[in-house]
Amino acid sequence: MLANWGYQDGSGSYFITIDTDKCNGCGKCVEPCSQGVFEVGEDPADPLREEPVAFVTEAIRKKLRFSCSPCKKYLTAEGGSAASRTSPEVLAREMKNLPCVTACERGAITHSW
Amino acid sequence: MNKEEKKELWRWLESRWTNPDIDWKKGKIITAGIDIGSVSTQCVVMVDGELYCYGNLRSGSSSGDSASRGANFALDGTGMTVKDWHYCIGTGYGRVNVPMAKRAITEIACHGRGANWMYGPQVRTILDMGGQDCKVIRIDEKGKLTNFAMNDKCAAGAGRGMEVFADFIGISINEVGDRSFDIDEEPKPVSSTCVIFAKSEAGGLLREGWAANKVLAAYCSAMAHRVLELMMRVGLEPEVGITGGIAKNRGVVERLEKELGMKFSPKVWHNSEYQKRNIPFDTQIAGAVGAALFSKAAVEKGKG
Repeated sequence: MLANWGYQDGSGSYFITIDTDKCNGCGKCVEPCSQGVFEVGEDPADPLREEPVAFVTEAIRKKLRFSCSPCKKYLTAEGGSAASRTSPEVLAREMKNLPCVTACERGAITHSW
Repeated sequence: MNKEEKKELWRWLESRWTNPDIDWKKGKIITAGIDIGSVSTQCVVMVDGELYCYGNLRSGSSSGDSASRGANFALDGTGMTVKDWHYCIGTGYGRVNVPMAKRAITEIACHGRGANWMYGPQVRTILDMGGQDCKVIRIDEKGKLTNFAMNDKCAAGAGRGMEVFADFIGISINEVGDRSFDIDEEPKPVSSTCVIFAKSEAGGLLREGWAANKVLAAYCSAMAHRVLELMMRVGLEPEVGITGGIAKNRGVVERLEKELGMKFSPKVWHNSEYQKRNIPFDTQIAGAVGAALFSKAAVEKGKG
């Protein structure tokens, strides 16, 4: 299941997507995030699932734009600022530098921005 | 202002229903689901997996009270009490404060399961337009979620906004849908996405001389637009079922259908017996239905 945690408002769309079919609940994404975005526990969207899964902490879901902004620095290393980024491919490559994305060995975490 | 003269135009219709063909005393498994939403509360009781009764009413400020009122409303005249339930699950915004519930499950999971049961296994996408949020859920044929997104950050595109709007325009919320089509020409949607700003924008349009119906049309249209974006994020796979209070407002639903270029599943029970017996299909009870089904699964698993 693709669990899209986040929101969309006048300023844009801020979702962290966790592919729960890939996630094994190992919890390696929890520590690297300086803002405590992730937690691991019973799947909020699937009560019948036996193993734990990672999800975005409820208190942070509505302010992802701000919680995730400290990691913008990882997205400007190659292509400059967001406005001058040359292509979606560059962005996709830079995304892989994000601490949470790097930490997930199974590649379960993606971002909408 | 004289209280009796003040009409409460935002008040939508509450509903309740009991299945006259079931003698609950003969039932083996009696389960319940209580969905405490931000605007409405539903209680659904199932006997051996068949719909026995439900109640749908407005939520109060206390989730615990709303749960009790919901349960009493649903059980009214049935002779059943909360003590007769083998298992009850709470869901929705106030799910952790349901005193009679043994467990709480998120409304996302419950909606998927409930809509799958109500509409049938052919439904792959569910749009739930609730009181203060909006969810798009993709499910498989068993009602298991495959993808979902939820917007509960603001009330634009949700039922509460429609309540505010109906009250402001001075038209009963139950008439908004029909009235929004009683126009000469479809207006552009109001540009504000925020309820508060949309309300002041509507005030401006009224002063410009727009007819009330036309303003309603512009607002319904804006609401449809707003949901569309969330739907595109999750992706659509037919059939699409719609649940929640706004599903009853054809002003929004039909405009959304037009934008999507597809029709929502007809609001009829998958179970043909239910269809034949004319059991009222209430789009607002999907979450509570799902909770009651999970309750049944819990009892069968021996957790009851």
